[in-house]
Amino acid sequence: MPRIRAGLLVSIIAIAVAWIGSARFAGADASDNPASTAQGLAAWEKVYSVLTHPRCINCHTATNYPQQGDDRRRHVANVVRGPEGKGVPALNCAGCHQETNADSTGVPGGHNWHLAPLSMRWQDTNDRALSSAEVCRAVTDRSKNNNLDGPGLLKHHEEEPLVKWAWNPGRRPDGTTRTLPPLTHEQFVAATRRWVEAGTPCPTK
Amino acid sequence: MATYQLNVNGERREVTVDPSTPLLWVLREDLKMTGTKFGCGISACGACTVHVGGVATRSCIVPISHVGDRPVVTVEAMSADPVGRVVQNAWVEEDVVQCGYCQSGQIMAAVALLKHTPRPTEQNIEESMGGNLCRCGTYPRIRAAIKTAATQLTKGGA
Repeated sequence: MPRIRAGLLVSIIAIAVAWIGSARFAGADASDNPASTAQGLAAWEKVYSVLTHPRCINCHTATNYPQQGDDRRRHVANVVRGPEGKGVPALNCAGCHQETNADSTGVPGGHNWHLAPLSMRWQDTNDRALSSAEVCRAVTDRSKNNNLDGPGLLKHHEEEPLVKWAWNPGRRPDGTTRTLPPLTHEQFVAATRRWVEAGTPCPTK
Repeated sequence: MATYQLNVNGERREVTVDPSTPLLWVLREDLKMTGTKFGCGISACGACTVHVGGVATRSCIVPISHVGDRPVVTVEAMSADPVGRVVQNAWVEEDVVQCGYCQSGQIMAAVALLKHTPRPTEQNIEESMGGNLCRCGTYPRIRAAIKTAATQLTKGGA
């Protein structure tokens, strides 16, 4: 009897180990496997496609003012950057941009509306988007990116209200809906995660 | 329609309006406070500038549903405001106004500037007032009046 009981116990353990292993394998997603550099670079290109969309780059300018619209024209009303990227007294960003979109008047809104710092500019002074390599180097430079490491960048892309606003940009004054970045927010976060897991590799040129 | 309790120039005011109604039209049509002007309706000219929660705000594009409990201050309250009174006096002293239509917005912007920056530089004035348009072209006199007000305020005139 003891031998039979021991055999039964071994069988149960074997079955349990096999079940746990198969469940882990079945439930595994890409994030369970370390991404290769090539996979990371491919993921970065997806991230870059979002960062250079007008919903994002219009406030990551190299100029002393924000831009607006898909044609990326200079912001109306002679709005300027100001010392903290929030405009200047009497012409603050918050003087028009409220906590949420104002669809009835066509003014976009979100918490703490402001420009990205010049260290996070993703275009040149002629309004041309910087290359993938240049943006990647800036985004991963902790002396420029508010000291964010990989997980910090992922959290920024996942949770920052103004980042998330890009996927809920509201309506233009004519009632039409503003265009969205080329990926969904979920796809953007997944690509960022993949890139971070690969060690935030950057293209060489 | 929805009912909103507003704090306008220190007084509690109740209005029942469509939530999408811009603050400008609530002030002018419902509260009959016509000092604040309609200019462009797209936040491009500054004629409708009021202060919301202490921030110079384009009232033509802010739906009333977005105001919340932040105090609203209009040009009607400037004569009782320490900085506003000095600015208005400077406006008279420098004979700024021509047609006058944009001037309530200009004064509200100038007060916001001087409350934040009591000694504004030329660049400060240029940047802060650059969004307030005046079709009469009174810009040199506006600039002079801001400097006059700044001088008086920094002498302790406020």
